[in-house]
Amino acid sequence: MTEPRRGAHASRVPVPALGETLLITLQGELHDSMAEQLQQDITRRIAHSPVTGVVIDISGVDIVDSFLGRVLAEIASSARLMAARTVLAGMRPAVAITLVELGLTLPGLDTVLDVERALDRLGHGLSTDPPHPRRAHHADLL
Amino acid sequence: MSEQGAAEESTAVLVSEFLQRRQEQIAQRWADADLFRTVFTVSRDEAVEACKAVVDALSEAAAAGRVDDITAPGFRRVRDQLGRMAASRARTGASPGQIAGEVADLRQPVIALLRGEFPDPAGDQAQECVLALTRLTGTLRVVVMETALSAGEEVIARQREQLLEVATPVIKLWDGIVAVPLIGTLDSARSQVVMESLLNAIVAERARHAILDITGVPTVDSLVAQHLMKTVAAARLMGAECVVSGIRPAIAQTIVHLGIDLGTVVTRSSLADALAYALRRQGIVVASGPPVGVSLS
Repeated sequence: MTEPRRGAHASRVPVPALGETLLITLQGELHDSMAEQLQQDITRRIAHSPVTGVVIDISGVDIVDSFLGRVLAEIASSARLMAARTVLAGMRPAVAITLVELGLTLPGLDTVLDVERALDRLGHGLSTDPPHPRRAHHADLL
Repeated sequence: MSEQGAAEESTAVLVSEFLQRRQEQIAQRWADADLFRTVFTVSRDEAVEACKAVVDALSEAAAAGRVDDITAPGFRRVRDQLGRMAASRARTGASPGQIAGEVADLRQPVIALLRGEFPDPAGDQAQECVLALTRLTGTLRVVVMETALSAGEEVIARQREQLLEVATPVIKLWDGIVAVPLIGTLDSARSQVVMESLLNAIVAERARHAILDITGVPTVDSLVAQHLMKTVAAARLMGAECVVSGIRPAIAQTIVHLGIDLGTVVTRSSLADALAYALRRQGIVVASGPPVGVSLS
């Protein structure tokens, strides 16, 4: 996170909490300074309130580059260090293809189709769907 | 114009006039040649008409002094017809070499006629004319081959597109479970299409599991494996778990021999096993009950 990309923007990404879950919605492009601010905000919120899960909704993002990929991975790792699970929700097909072509498969990140599924995954489900079991490790596979 | 150029020009004009004058006889002889006889099987008149069109084209090219030029205006009009004839021969199993040979066979009857025109067939003028006509028929052969090849390329390009569209259906197997039966060899263009349609289906069906069935994939090499891994990774980023099914024993051995690591991918031997796995992961239980239609009382 050195020089700002396309001018530093003063705006912040809001970090609202839903019970024990932080629900962050990313839209458009994320600048360096915003990303740095977001990482700080998230870790601070996890430290100061009983947060156990972080949902990052990227359904409004049409371009993900290696920079944003790294930011997401860093947010997930730092949240994990503070005992909170991060779930990435709503990635668009085009974005997924781009990331795979870039070789960024985000191995440590939990991914789901949309925010509803993310909340299910974290066990705060509002829907009637049965909670989905945690993403399996090899030992739990059939 | 140099003297030689002028002489060549007048020879070409002579040949052109000869072709016009003897059009009927040439067409009659050509209609019995293999090329026309095998294409126009229905009626001989049709073959004669087609032959006349070709003779006209040759005559026009010669009149313009362009015996070696495949872009001569005369050839343009018969290009379609020649292309169709060559395509029709190719469909009946003739190789390009055979077709070229059949076009070359058209030369002999015309040359014979041309020689008959001259009181002294060994004379200089006769030799010049025969040479010009030989060159002209050579050009005709190139025109036929070129037309046939470019038509073939168009067909190949169109079929490749159709194959991309047709060969990658995404099927909904259950609520939240989609499957792609892959048939044929996976190359980068196809795997791109597969990936896109699978990801779109995951969004549309809100799928939690996606099954890639490779029963119809004849061989798996490191490139195909890489395409599969990419598709699996992209589906995971969308929040769906991918299962690769239909790995036949021979393919399993190949994968192991090549040292490809599919360790992060869930694999099952058949589509049914993959479906069972996906259902179980979603907490859906399939139980066998009494057969339909059998009364319980």
